[in-house]
Amino acid sequence: MLETVLGLYNYWIVILLMMAGFYTVIARGNLAKKIIGLNIFQTSVFLLYISMGYVEGGTAPIVDPDGADLYTNPLPSVLILTAIVVGVATTALGLALVVRIRESYGTLEEDEILEIEDRRDGEA
Amino acid sequence: MIPSLNASTVLVQNLPALQVVLPLFAAPLCLFMRPPRLAWLFALAVAGATFAIAVVLTGTVQQVGAFSYEMGGWAAPWGIEYVIDPLDTLMLCLVTGIALLVLIYAGPSVEAEIPRRLIPQFYVLYLLCLTGLLGMVATGDVFNLFVFLEISSLSSYALVAMGRDPRALTAAYRYLILGSLGATFYVIGIGLLYMMTGTLNMEDLARRLPEVADTRTISVAIAFLAVGLSLKLALFPLHKWLPGAYTHAPSVVTAFLAATATKVAVYVLVRIFFTVLGPIEAFQTLPVAVHETQVVSFLAIVAMLSGSAVAIFQPNLKRLFAYSSIAQIGYMMLGISMVSVTGMTAGLVHMVNHAMMKGVVFMALGAIVLRVGRPRIERLDGIGYRMPVTFAAFLIAALSLIGVPGTVGFISKLYLIKAALADQHWIMAAAVVVSSCLAIIYIWRILEVAYMRSPPADAPKVREAPLVMLVPLCALALANVYFGLDTRYTVGLADSAAEFILNYQPDAGPAFEHPLFDGGAHGQAGETSGQGGGHE
Repeated sequence: MLETVLGLYNYWIVILLMMAGFYTVIARGNLAKKIIGLNIFQTSVFLLYISMGYVEGGTAPIVDPDGADLYTNPLPSVLILTAIVVGVATTALGLALVVRIRESYGTLEEDEILEIEDRRDGEA
Repeated sequence: MIPSLNASTVLVQNLPALQVVLPLFAAPLCLFMRPPRLAWLFALAVAGATFAIAVVLTGTVQQVGAFSYEMGGWAAPWGIEYVIDPLDTLMLCLVTGIALLVLIYAGPSVEAEIPRRLIPQFYVLYLLCLTGLLGMVATGDVFNLFVFLEISSLSSYALVAMGRDPRALTAAYRYLILGSLGATFYVIGIGLLYMMTGTLNMEDLARRLPEVADTRTISVAIAFLAVGLSLKLALFPLHKWLPGAYTHAPSVVTAFLAATATKVAVYVLVRIFFTVLGPIEAFQTLPVAVHETQVVSFLAIVAMLSGSAVAIFQPNLKRLFAYSSIAQIGYMMLGISMVSVTGMTAGLVHMVNHAMMKGVVFMALGAIVLRVGRPRIERLDGIGYRMPVTFAAFLIAALSLIGVPGTVGFISKLYLIKAALADQHWIMAAAVVVSSCLAIIYIWRILEVAYMRSPPADAPKVREAPLVMLVPLCALALANVYFGLDTRYTVGLADSAAEFILNYQPDAGPAFEHPLFDGGAHGQAGETSGQGGGHE
């Protein structure tokens, strides 16, 4: 039992971050905060991958002339490098949209935006 | 390894890479073409070339069977491999064909709907989106697939946001949030698969998964993959992003995305669940929703009925057909969820046929947006006489959506009902019929307005759409009729693809073991739990 809780602590951190981020995306009404939640959610996945690639007692996966014999798995780190780039692009695009929404609606609160949209639908 | 034969053999061997790389490298070049027309012609040439490549690849696969290309000469499973099999060629032809037709049509529509200084950027995004879609189809590596998924998604968020209405921004925002969630779910899923197998190559995964199939990690991975991909393909109830995005995006974008993006997502689901997870029968063991109806079939039926029913009450035609798309995705998933060759054929054929129908519908609506303004039903009195050619094309596609004999829609529904009856799924067959009846209602509302009412006396003069828009529109409308009568190509290709995918078994694979985990799958499984749990 204790081993499940403490021994797998990295996964507990991942799950905690994942749920916190996911909850923020769903429950928050502010568009900028949703983007922050999305970021936390994605970061939890980065941690999942990185901790998955770690090998107990392994060193950085750079060929060592002195002959280290145990390396961590470099592949998850490389994958996450790509995923981070994707995450940055998503955040940038999301924030750009947030700025444009703020310019045309004057607010970032989802319920107020919906109200404005309903009013415009009625007029049209 | 490439035999030094003639140049054409070498070219064919490199086509899987060229298919994806060509639009990728061509995209940024559009930025340097300031005159909008030049950017358009350039993008058109690129799309034409990708279509030609797809046709050659189809011919090659029919002659020699599935073949692969090793990116950078690194052998799979370490390197990234591109695999072209019968299902891929079907999708490549579909995506590039639609992309080409929509691009021909795009010229005048884009000039009218997008600010002039943004037009080169528009074509950059369009080609990037095409790259992403083609990459998802061609690749044989699950993480590479994620990268292309994000390339196509990010560019389509930006494309949707280019709509004139401020609501395009909020629609794009919603699409971005839900799309990113879906993609991240997918990454979690493949991360868990990697954790258990130590590989990302699709074939290698299929080879190694049976050993670890009964672990909880794999079950969780399957759940994450199913939810993430369902979000991407807008399966009910994860479809909330779709109506807004289709309604407020520029007309060209709606036509392109409606005809390709969700189809490629359906393809990815089929690819992941029937080849990568095929040997462990992940799809067949998804939970049951009601009675013995598997959850995907159940959601597909709800999508078919609710999508069509909601469509009836929409005054905005783009939104109406967006809801109709949700229903049509239900048809595809229904066919696939039957897990029989006929059912899979029906699902795949409907994927192609629906792309043709919705391509025509949204292109015709784009022409109406160009000439009339907002495509609301109350502004279209007598439009059938004012824009006769556009509306004739629309009429064909609309009849096809209902499933009138002689159109492609009939073929899809025929195969769907045939597959449902063969396995005695009476409810599924009934749902197809009921949903088609609902389609008659929403189509009839439009046709009544368009043909049975005369235009109001004070209506502004409306001209027919320009020729360059009418040609691809009519070509695709005629394709609706042609492939409704001659089903050799569509059903033939879908049938061989269905046969291939349902009987998929990975090759024995290379004799050597994985370089990192010599114990194979079990060694890796022990290692991952060992780094956390095995501190003793």
